[in-house]
Amino acid sequence: MKVIVQLTLVSSAIVAAFIALLFSGQNDIFLKALGASTLFGFLSVVVLAMIWYERKLLARIQMRIGPMRVGPFGILQTIADAIKLVTKEDLIPSETDKTLYWLAPIVVFVPSFVVWTVIPFTPSLVIQEMELGLLFVLACSTLSIVGLIMAGWSSANKYSVLGALRSTAQLISYEIPIIVTALTIAMLADSLNLIEIVKAQSSVAYVLFQPLGLALFFIAALAELGRTPFDIYHAESELVGGPFVEYSGAHWSIFYLAEYFNTFLFATLVSLLFLGGWLGPWLPGIIWLFIKIFIVISIIFWIRGTYPRLRIDQLMEVGWKGLVPLSFANFVLTAVFIYYSWSLWILGFIGIASILLIMFTYKKRKISQPPEIILISSSEVRRV
Amino acid sequence: MSGEVIVFTIISAMVLFGALGVVSTKNVGHATLYLLITLGSVAGIFILLLAEFLALVQILIYGGAITIVLLFALMLTRVDEFSSIKDAVQRPVAIVVSVLLLGVIITPFLQETLGGQSLTESNLRTLGHELFTKWLIPFEVASLVLLVALIGAIVVGRDD
Repeated sequence: MKVIVQLTLVSSAIVAAFIALLFSGQNDIFLKALGASTLFGFLSVVVLAMIWYERKLLARIQMRIGPMRVGPFGILQTIADAIKLVTKEDLIPSETDKTLYWLAPIVVFVPSFVVWTVIPFTPSLVIQEMELGLLFVLACSTLSIVGLIMAGWSSANKYSVLGALRSTAQLISYEIPIIVTALTIAMLADSLNLIEIVKAQSSVAYVLFQPLGLALFFIAALAELGRTPFDIYHAESELVGGPFVEYSGAHWSIFYLAEYFNTFLFATLVSLLFLGGWLGPWLPGIIWLFIKIFIVISIIFWIRGTYPRLRIDQLMEVGWKGLVPLSFANFVLTAVFIYYSWSLWILGFIGIASILLIMFTYKKRKISQPPEIILISSSEVRRV
Repeated sequence: MSGEVIVFTIISAMVLFGALGVVSTKNVGHATLYLLITLGSVAGIFILLLAEFLALVQILIYGGAITIVLLFALMLTRVDEFSSIKDAVQRPVAIVVSVLLLGVIITPFLQETLGGQSLTESNLRTLGHELFTKWLIPFEVASLVLLVALIGAIVVGRDD
């Protein structure tokens, strides 16, 4: 039971060290492994804080007070929950594919940690500066999808297979706007290096040139994280718990941990790509970065407390008919502006105008009817 | 033995492990995941050759897209119908084809002297420039092929 927790920690540390080894000379490998371990500790504390903050904020939105019993203002509540989860009995259903069932949480978790090795907090505070950092982050985060499929498929549970199918469809679809928007930013900054991208924003943060880009990236990131209003693949009221239905205890907590790692990651990416990262007056850089991340995370939690969940067909519609074409349009428009070196401020105005236009037309739209669902018995499926 | 050789040995072992897994396992789901190990390890070899961009694209396309689409298709079909693959009939043909392929792959290695070329850091900028000037037509043809496949899939998949 506790083996899997330790196994995950060790394996992610090894993978992180391995990547650091591959990308550097071999002289400072121990330093980098140490850095990776420190980062892991830091991120775990951040996740504990985030869970507490989310519960408190949601409670306030719903006019409750949230956890109050354990520690002052319930600060220690998450720690108590974590202890409970780790010591909980770990049930494995008998029909599962054991190897995949055990591997799935690791496959989900390791990429979500490994990407942090290239994320800079300040120009010097980064484990491995990488020329293609942005691409690395995007490439690694796609690998988690395989873990979700493994979890859903190996659980031998209809709900989890459905959840895995939905999660795959959702995550693959929303990957496209994320990558295209990130590409737009890379084009503006003329680099894929995350440090260079922030440095390129030293005069103006890209949110002013790319308001549409920020909107697209943020919405697609919400879907990519599986957070409300896009939490369809683990929708409690429809799919019980999605791909993780059968998981309990420490296994389940690893999925949860990975999810919060990713939430923090996307908040950081939004801060680095659009909000100017660590740049800001008076305060030291890292504090600016954390203020920006904090604001983005608060908005994510706020949306969770405000919006209802979309249906799966609505989700696909938003993704393929809304975000994908818009992100391509934004990409081409930005390329034209850069090629003719027109003022990027005009681009910013176009972005804001299009956001307002979309919001207006969206409000006036006809509400699409839910698709007619025809149930076909399995024998008929086979005949077809 | 230098560090690079050690890392190369580990990665090659992983590639072979995955490849053997793909052909030896009888469970299609497992075979796909073994394939992922192989494809991911090939990305490691690209990194050793200082082709970072190629490595990341390998992970993004093969790890993040192709394997997932394969698994997706497997989940939509009834896995228990294919859970054990019976291919004994095709085995002699497969052996002949494999030997022929091996010969094709080995031939260039016998003719060329390997090594001696020093590796230089691949530059994304140079790559992009080459791709859109010197290799523009092959690049566009490849895009066209993908587009045709995409439209074909939609046409096949449509009900009406």
